[in-house]
Amino acid sequence: MNFPQTDLPMFKTASDVEKIEIAVDGKSTMVPKNVSVAAALLLAEAIPFRYSKVDQSPRAPYCLMGVCAECLVTINDEPGQFACQTNVQPGMRINRS
Amino acid sequence: MIGGGLVGATLAIGLARASHKVRVLDGGDTDFRSSRGNFGLVWVQGKGAHSAPYAQWTGSASRAWPEFAAELLDATGVDVQLQQTGGIDYCLTESEFKSQADKMQRVQDQTDGMFEYQMLDNKEVRELMPQISKAVVGASYSPQDGHVNPLKLLKALHTQMQKLGCEYLPNQPVIDIEARNSGFKVITRDGEFYCEKLVLASGLTNTELARKVGMSVPLKPNQGQLLITERFEPFLKIPSIHIRQTDEGTLQIGDSSADIGYDDSTSLQVLAMIANRLLKIFPHLINVNVLRSWSALRVLTPDGLPVYEQSELWPNAYAVNCHSGVTLAAQHATVLSQWIAGESVDNYQGIINEFSADRFTDV
Ligand SMILES: Cc1cc2nc3c(=O)[nH]c(=O)nc-3n(C[C@H](O)[C@H](O)[C@H](O)COP(=O)(O)OP(=O)(O)OC[C@H]3O[C@@H](n4cnc5c(N)ncnc54)[C@H](O)[C@@H]3O)c2cc1C
Ligand code: FES
Repeated sequence: MNFPQTDLPMFKTASDVEKIEIAVDGKSTMVPKNVSVAAALLLAEAIPFRYSKVDQSPRAPYCLMGVCAECLVTINDEPGQFACQTNVQPGMRINRS
Repeated sequence: MIGGGLVGATLAIGLARASHKVRVLDGGDTDFRSSRGNFGLVWVQGKGAHSAPYAQWTGSASRAWPEFAAELLDATGVDVQLQQTGGIDYCLTESEFKSQADKMQRVQDQTDGMFEYQMLDNKEVRELMPQISKAVVGASYSPQDGHVNPLKLLKALHTQMQKLGCEYLPNQPVIDIEARNSGFKVITRDGEFYCEKLVLASGLTNTELARKVGMSVPLKPNQGQLLITERFEPFLKIPSIHIRQTDEGTLQIGDSSADIGYDDSTSLQVLAMIANRLLKIFPHLINVNVLRSWSALRVLTPDGLPVYEQSELWPNAYAVNCHSGVTLAAQHATVLSQWIAGESVDNYQGIINEFSADRFTDV
């Protein structure tokens, strides 16, 4: 079988992507532009995102589609924001609890 | 068994225990299914203020619940999270408080004192629930109330029903029933089934199906909307009809009631009203995220009481409907199933007779 040849790679490696600066727990962090806060934190290995209010267990994004509410973080001082449903912006302040 | 909601699944378990071979024909996901959208309360307070049999029947169901939940856990491994820590109904005005007090007293009278309750003022409520606001005039409290996780309950019932050998066929909506002397021919979208005994537990569809076997079961939908929040610090040890907290920390908030026909959409206006009322009681919930909302249709008879009907024309046909299928499940799985199985139910026969659909035609 012949696959069409192209010079454009289907996936770009993260290092090729334009980066922006955000603050994660007060620490300056470079993350790819145009990704969700959840993806940015996962790339930055900022895990866990939070601790369960019920049993204090460590939590991280599970569904990545706005359903499970496991990814809640504080964004620009606003608590309880869905990291998977919010895109990163330059200068954004993200705090984990 | 036509219908595999809370009522159908519960009765299937009871009938299988009474040595019946049970086949359950259920509808599909687009049906109106209160069993998948309800609030999960095992609720006694206020039930049967105008009906002694209903007050007594509800009380007996609440007392039978611990054993029923333990059996389900043992047989299926599913913990339905029964908590009978009592229940509170908050009153925000003096007149609400007064009419609630009257209602509770009537239920106590109807049960010869078996129903226990207290009317509490703001300070007394605060001792049970320190987070309430000053706007709460008072509340009724009954130690006999409680709650379960209704979706775990449905799962436990379906697991148990199939373990007991019931055959469960989903997506088999019944479109016609032919009664014969030997039994019934039940026609679904995909095929035909035969049975000696027929139980109609199809929720709101029962009116239409019951007519085919000579029963008149008047029902109408009543819409309730709910809000579901993110998980929150466990603080709500005692459920109320407005809010309960699950083991996982989720807050389930209700409950509205609207007589608007077969409409299970949500509206921002009703959801806001539910949220605003709750915030008057618990202002500290102001920043909690609401994740989901939904609406579901209650199955109501003209007087709000259950219908336990045996067809006069075809005595092997039964119809069962109720407003509180969670609460009554423990009695449906035992006493009511025994009645349908033709076994003696002793003292309960009188109560069951009261819920015949005759009451809607006798004038
Ligand atoms: C908002 C709300 C809150 C509630 N809160 C509580 C509460 O806190 N405590 C409590 O005790 N009760 C509560 N209830 C009531 C409780 O949910 C119902 O009493 C119970 O679910 C009724 O169960 P059912 O099996 O009769 O009906 P349903 O759940 O409607 O089940 C009927 C089944 O029959 C099937 N069916 C329909 N038509 C056909 C057909 N033609 N052929 C085959 N199958 C068919 C459907 O698919 C469905 O599975 C609440 C209800 C609502 C709507
Ligand atoms: S990861 Fe599930 S809601 Fe964000």
